[in-house]
Amino acid sequence: MSLVEEFQYGLDAPICLTWELTYACNLSCVHCLSSSGRRDPGELSTAECRALIDEFERMQVFYVNIGGGEPTVRPDFWDLVDYATAHRVGVKFSTNGINITDEAARRLAASDYVDVQVSLDGATEDVNDKVRGRGSYRTAVRAMQRLAAAGLTGVKLSVVVTRDNAGQLDGFQAIADRYGAQLRLTRLRPSGRGADVWDELHPTAAQQRALYDWLLEHGEQVLTGDSFFHLAGYGESLPGLSLCGAGRVVCLVDPVGDVYACPFAIHDSFLAGNVRHDGGFAQVWRSSELFAELRRPSGGGACTACSAYDSCRGGCMAAKFFTGLPLDGPDPECVRGHGQTALARVAAGSAPKPSRDHSHRVRPVPVSIGRRRPPERACDESPLAGFAPAGR
Amino acid sequence: MVSTEDAAGPFDLDGAWRLDERVSVRPERFGALLYHFGTRRLSFLKSPILLDVVRGLAEQPSARAACVHAGVPSEQLPRYRAALAALAASRMIRRRSA
Repeated sequence: MSLVEEFQYGLDAPICLTWELTYACNLSCVHCLSSSGRRDPGELSTAECRALIDEFERMQVFYVNIGGGEPTVRPDFWDLVDYATAHRVGVKFSTNGINITDEAARRLAASDYVDVQVSLDGATEDVNDKVRGRGSYRTAVRAMQRLAAAGLTGVKLSVVVTRDNAGQLDGFQAIADRYGAQLRLTRLRPSGRGADVWDELHPTAAQQRALYDWLLEHGEQVLTGDSFFHLAGYGESLPGLSLCGAGRVVCLVDPVGDVYACPFAIHDSFLAGNVRHDGGFAQVWRSSELFAELRRPSGGGACTACSAYDSCRGGCMAAKFFTGLPLDGPDPECVRGHGQTALARVAAGSAPKPSRDHSHRVRPVPVSIGRRRPPERACDESPLAGFAPAGR
Repeated sequence: MVSTEDAAGPFDLDGAWRLDERVSVRPERFGALLYHFGTRRLSFLKSPILLDVVRGLAEQPSARAACVHAGVPSEQLPRYRAALAALAASRMIRRRSA
């Protein structure tokens, strides 16, 4: 049996898992997978996080991808990183760079077991800040500078490929090269707030083809988190595993301890259990009905007749789910165009909505009676001042 | 890219080897998963016998002895040699003084 086939039946423990430490975030990226912004009051405590790391160690989970939200806003973030690495659980964490001080950079440079991913979604300030918010480009670049100055090489520059930045791949590579970093490209998913902007932001068919050629040309030097395996339908496989690993080799633990099949599927339909209530993480991983279901061999449905099915395996489960497509049908970005045909048949508004939303609330404007204060700037008089429509 | 075939040539089956101390070994149904905390690389041992060979490396005087001890039939020795060569090329196992 090939390894891909072995992996379909699931492993005794995840190879790695994504652990969103907090839903709190200083940014409000329009495509946030976890609809982050506000902290959930039910977040796992420091003691609970440590106990979870102990469990990962017992199960030999090799490493955790820590994200959020912005994980570094948790006051115990650095303690938890140290605790994990001291217990032989490797850490890769994603950050927008906000808390990468010179001191933090020196600390990271001194550790063997921690990888840092700095998120940047535009090789230029305008393209990035349109998606991630004003000032976020400078924050990320400042973090890259500090990490490089501290002597840390191999930092990952992590980019979600969108319609706006798909033409900037060489530009991203140049930024990565400037700081001795490694480029990491991942796929835009219609998950979380990403569902609201996916139509306007997902790469066009021509951009997808150019991305595939670019990835083949750059080989293993560019990381992808194996997120573009649906592009294998073009012919050649990209480096990495061409398989949806959800609930089989990976999963997601969210800030309140909920375990989902994958980081792109924060929805009740993919909730396997909770580490607090369901006998701990190992029990959820090994015994949840959802994961058992995902590990059963499934037919490719409408895709089995397609000659590309053995390469793309029908694509990404979460991408199908949140665009309203059947899970045993084509990926919405199917390279043969079957996804577009299928999307045309999805009734408007029928795609499932995310079950949770931690987005920053837009503050209600109180009605004031009495003397009107003068506007701070002339443009604040415009009813649209400060309003930036998503995906403009 | 170093292919298994290229790497298979120079592997010293009669040398003394051991697992790198930064490698974590996790038994699985099909054999085992290996993760190297330094290189961040994952490798697969595609049979339980190969897992026994790898685990025996540190105690046995040579890689050949580890194969014999794990019960590798002599006609299959070239396959195991190739697998060990690939593990050496990815720094999962390293030489030790005998």
